[in-house]
Amino acid sequence: MRIRVRFSKTGKIRFSSHRDMARCWERALRRAEVPVAITEGFSPRPKMHFGLALSTGHESLGEYLDIDLTEPEGSALDLGALPERLTPFLPPGVDVETVSIIERSELSLQEAVTVCTWLIEIPGVSPEELESNVQTMLDASSLPVTRERKGKEVSDDIRPGIISLRVVGATPSDAPERGALLEAELATQPRSVRPSELLAAFDPPRNEGRVCRTHQWIITDGARREPIPAHATSRAPAEVGAR
Amino acid sequence: MTDVWPQLEPLLAKVAKPARYIGLEDGARTPHHAPDKVAWLLSYPDTYEIGLPNQGLQILYEILNENPHAVAERAYAPWTDLEGLLRDRNIPLFSLDSHRPAGLFDLIGFNLSAELTYTNLLNMVDLAGVPVRSADRRPEHPLIVAGGHCTYNPEPIADFLDIVVLGDGEEVITEINEVVRDWKKSGRTEGSRENVLRELSHVVGVYVPSMYDVTYEGANLVAVTPRYPDVPERVEKRTVADLAEFPYPKTQLVPITEVVHDRLNVEVFRGCTRGCRFCQAGMITRPVRERPAEQVRTMVEEGLRRTGYDEVALTSLSTADFSGIEKLVGDIVQSTDDGPPVSVSLPSLRVDAFGVGIATQIQRARRTGLTFAPEAGTWRMRQVINKLIREEDLYSAVEAAYANGWRRVKLYFLTGLPTETDEDTLGIAELARNCVQLGKAHTKSPSVTVSVGGFVPKPFTPFQWFGQNTVEELRRKINLLRDDTRKSHGVQVKWHDPKATLVEGIMSRGDRRVGAVIEEVWRQGGTFQEWNERFDLDLWTSAMAAHGLDPDWYAYRHRTEDEVLPWDHLSAGLHKDFLWQDWRDALAEVGLPDCRWTPCYDCGACTGYSIEHIVASATPPAGGSQGTGQDLGTSVPVTLLGRAPVGMGS
Repeated sequence: MRIRVRFSKTGKIRFSSHRDMARCWERALRRAEVPVAITEGFSPRPKMHFGLALSTGHESLGEYLDIDLTEPEGSALDLGALPERLTPFLPPGVDVETVSIIERSELSLQEAVTVCTWLIEIPGVSPEELESNVQTMLDASSLPVTRERKGKEVSDDIRPGIISLRVVGATPSDAPERGALLEAELATQPRSVRPSELLAAFDPPRNEGRVCRTHQWIITDGARREPIPAHATSRAPAEVGAR
Repeated sequence: MTDVWPQLEPLLAKVAKPARYIGLEDGARTPHHAPDKVAWLLSYPDTYEIGLPNQGLQILYEILNENPHAVAERAYAPWTDLEGLLRDRNIPLFSLDSHRPAGLFDLIGFNLSAELTYTNLLNMVDLAGVPVRSADRRPEHPLIVAGGHCTYNPEPIADFLDIVVLGDGEEVITEINEVVRDWKKSGRTEGSRENVLRELSHVVGVYVPSMYDVTYEGANLVAVTPRYPDVPERVEKRTVADLAEFPYPKTQLVPITEVVHDRLNVEVFRGCTRGCRFCQAGMITRPVRERPAEQVRTMVEEGLRRTGYDEVALTSLSTADFSGIEKLVGDIVQSTDDGPPVSVSLPSLRVDAFGVGIATQIQRARRTGLTFAPEAGTWRMRQVINKLIREEDLYSAVEAAYANGWRRVKLYFLTGLPTETDEDTLGIAELARNCVQLGKAHTKSPSVTVSVGGFVPKPFTPFQWFGQNTVEELRRKINLLRDDTRKSHGVQVKWHDPKATLVEGIMSRGDRRVGAVIEEVWRQGGTFQEWNERFDLDLWTSAMAAHGLDPDWYAYRHRTEDEVLPWDHLSAGLHKDFLWQDWRDALAEVGLPDCRWTPCYDCGACTGYSIEHIVASATPPAGGSQGTGQDLGTSVPVTLLGRAPVGMGS
């Protein structure tokens, strides 16, 4: 059977890379003796399918991972107990929230998720000032950004990828620097917009403080849902960065 | 301020690989500091990726944290990007476990395994807010201590170290802790630093450089003598008699981010008596002390379960020599059969078919490359260095490797060895070509990579008197090899930078005067010299010139029997006359058997300390050919290289 795991990544551990996390997961699954299916062939690997990579340094309250197990559905494996079984074997700051069975026919996380919600601390700007920056940005019909790809300058319009922007208030009291807190919904398809690109597109460009992905969204027939609904006790956005 | 994390956090977004600075490894302890506990900061003077796996530091980390009177944390050298940001903002070096400023610890302890990291040691001490010279430190500053193989000649860094530890650290660390605890209890009053250092000089295995006067006559060192009657004239190394009493690390650190040797490591024995004459490790870690096989099995089983690693390395200086290695490997493979696939690796494979047999047993998947270290290209040269493997041993090993599915073979060699001729150098090419030829029977495009390192004579080896080859000579030999293999299909040659070999040589056998050079290079920004892209020979040569020192005199000059060597007041147990005799034997191309299976020749390492080999089997392993059961050579004496190396007689 295939399971989908929802977990958070907060605190110091956010400075680990996507690749580092993949290795931590491999070890944790072995230690928790979860019966993970292994690929055939010369160099066998556990069958794990990660969602959209989270940049090194960013936190998240909604990360996902699909895992193929050797056990069939309805076996004695207690899925409800898996979060508690796995969390102690993962680095501090990585907490498994919930696990559910998914159909193999379901789209992969990378294909299915089309929008992410981010909470972004922007140092050195008041909420009011940011508010007016946001308005300017939302009023723009296009926001061209250039980046280098294979030695060539490529220009893209990121405006279609900005779904919504909302100034939530000032940065929380534990933030390293005072500033404003922005909630942004950014598309991941057809072109993914990264928080850093968003900040660079402000006039003037804004610096990036702490960044947290709070939600990933799958949109089906206009209705949005999370790949797995959050726990009943999911964290409130105000807790971002607390640890 | 006891936690720099709040200041560090915003900087980590700006540096490469920030996971190196967060700690959080599985196996890391939560430190509980208290006034009655001695606080140690165990450090490695290189990046996290290189330093974290260091087993010596991990062992001490556990032993100290088990001690109710000690607490230990860890630190590694921040890469240049973070160092710049730390210096700009006046943030000190910090521990990884609780991000505590390094200056708050009672001791900062370094493991020294490579000479080129010395400038990093100075840099870390400076980043800790501690004066780099021992003489400038005050009671409030931590004691700077070093151990590890390089400290068998600590003279080049003697002015920067408060104390030096020789040999195995498992027992002496607790004794040092007690002395420092008394000092801490006494309030570390004005003038007390000198007292605690003198007290520490009484601990066997501890060398306190500031308690000794160094005398020169002209360019020559003539004596290193204790300044007080209670300070020992000669400092003896420490040796743990029985490895079974120290099943460490019990909870090996599992890093979040990728490091070298990223796997479970279980030390199966310490010490080696193969007697390779170039090998310092094999001389200073005698005698052989095997861990009981049962304990190894338990450590492997528990370690794999606890860490989640899918690879375990059985470590030692020559693992195939472990008594009953076949059964041990078989047991490990069997015990992991029903779980997820686990691979076992032997980091140092012996050059014979027996070694490959074991490798075949354990590397069921991923048979890509296999590494052997013949070290020299001709039998004559191998007799000189006492690495007594015959060509047929190598060929049978290589044949077996290809026959069992390996495609790539890597061969390690040294160049610049005593008495080496061009015939010996070209012998390397010949061996490599023959290995490719053997591979053709088994695979379409066999590949042999030849890796050549320039030889650096090390203290406490029979080659400690040898003047090493010049940069030009090493380069000439490497070019000779490259030219000769240019048309040899399937042979690739890689080599170590001869310029780095020169600097290693200066420090390997340098005296206290070299300290000023190390400090100068550090002040000029010469950190991470062990990294190719950062190494800068000009920094070293101009610093040598500025201090009136001659690189040739230090590196290229042959020493004479009566010369006082900078490490003569230290002891690895080995009798100097044994080493001298072995040096003469080397020049006469006479081999020496491995004393774990043959009668004692009294090198001093056992007899001097009333300890002996702990070996489960008194007979050499099947196929054991190095140094046993074969003709140990002619006794036709040869002289040193006819041509006097540069710098002789200066």
